[in-house]
Amino acid sequence: MEDNCCSNNDKKEFFGSVSHLKPFASTPVMQNKKEEAACCGSPPGPEYSRFARPGYEICGFVEDFMDTAAGPVPKIRTQLSMADHAMSVSARFGIGRDSYGIAPGIYCTGTPAADSPVLVTANYKLTFDALRMELSSVDAWILVLDTRGINVWCAAGKSLFSTEEVVKRVKTSGLDKIVSHRELILPQLSATGVSAIDVKKRSGFKVVWGPIRANDIKTFIDAGMKADESMRRVTFTVSERLVLIPVELSFLVKPTFLILLGIFLLSGIGTEIFSLKDAWSRGVMAAFAYAAGIFSGAIVVPAILQWLPGKAFSVKGAVTGIIAAFFIVMTLKGVANTWELTALFLCTTAVSSYLGMNFTGSTPYTSPSGVEKEMRKAIPVQALAGFASIVLWIGAAFIR
Amino acid sequence: MQDFRYLYDVSTLSLNREACTGCGMCEIVCPHGVFKVDKKKAGVIDKNGCMECGACAKNCPAEAINVTPGVGCAAYIIQTWIIGKNGNSRGIAKCY
Repeated sequence: MEDNCCSNNDKKEFFGSVSHLKPFASTPVMQNKKEEAACCGSPPGPEYSRFARPGYEICGFVEDFMDTAAGPVPKIRTQLSMADHAMSVSARFGIGRDSYGIAPGIYCTGTPAADSPVLVTANYKLTFDALRMELSSVDAWILVLDTRGINVWCAAGKSLFSTEEVVKRVKTSGLDKIVSHRELILPQLSATGVSAIDVKKRSGFKVVWGPIRANDIKTFIDAGMKADESMRRVTFTVSERLVLIPVELSFLVKPTFLILLGIFLLSGIGTEIFSLKDAWSRGVMAAFAYAAGIFSGAIVVPAILQWLPGKAFSVKGAVTGIIAAFFIVMTLKGVANTWELTALFLCTTAVSSYLGMNFTGSTPYTSPSGVEKEMRKAIPVQALAGFASIVLWIGAAFIR
Repeated sequence: MQDFRYLYDVSTLSLNREACTGCGMCEIVCPHGVFKVDKKKAGVIDKNGCMECGACAKNCPAEAINVTPGVGCAAYIIQTWIIGKNGNSRGIAKCY
């Protein structure tokens, strides 16, 4: 059931907004039962859509159904609702992101015919939304694969957007009954998981590699299924990087709780064995240094990536980390001693370098061989800096 | 993407030019413009731009391309160090 479900908000959107309802008191049935109605709260919602089926919910992005030889096909809206936007934002912050999928199968936009193009995509809702937004005035069939709610490129890398899945979905959807041609347009980035030759062999459908970005799809179709070079190259613009920051931060929430606990415990150790007062006063300083590391590694590095020196991300993170650490030292110069300042400096820099290195997972250009090479050099240095920071921090409590 | 260059001389990509039939599929699927077909033979024109996604090898009808595909993600690689590559194929390691 869950794969046919969308949020309640979506459902509300589908059934029309409340303002379209007839005034509550003018409904004849209700007039007869005025007393009962008055004590039953808000007016009733609209009637169920004629497409409603027991046990299913109609998604907010479906505006109609089209009858085809393979059964009714949902026709989707090409404009996003407020609910879609709100859900996208929350997914970007890591909320509900792991279950943000839609049911796989055939959908359509406009009024497609048997010779209309078939666009294949992933069932991550953000991906699906990005595609349908670009399809106003396009008559097309959309074959949504079950990529377990993961975007095209990541799903291809995990063999979810795969030859297997394309072949299977073509067969189970009855696509051959709906279209007269035998051609599928796949997003270029799915080539990591899909072999065009094998799809042709096993399903009879020829794969045409579409553009990387959904916003080029119209131009691609209008040009007679031709992509120019810019459509075939990934980009990593400032806005493409900035949208990644919230989700990077959301991954840090859980470990941060543990790290803060550790910071306050270690900060309390001293000549009195454990001092609550020190745990707080020194702990706040260390937490501040840790937060500066997060800021410089997980926010500044993605934001100004290409202007930072070095090719290795751990180096980029260390550079922003040193600058952030410098500010920490300047701020705390009066309250912390030299040992403590050194410890805080190392802490901010190590955290920033590590988080900068972690950003490799979000970029469209870092090779696994490169990341592994960089990690083998960087992790020992980061670990050493972290360890030295802890030793100096605890030691300082005994000398101050 | 010329502003975004990663470590040089690390890619596992190799092309067997003798086996190449010049179909141009690698040039189409590569998101970084690593290949260029000239005189019915593909050539690697920007090996350092390769991110080892594996799209070219997967779609080469002549099996002329070799690359060890993978995800260039530090968090993922750390997990493979801890739980091993087999753990990953079972989907235990997370790549976001």
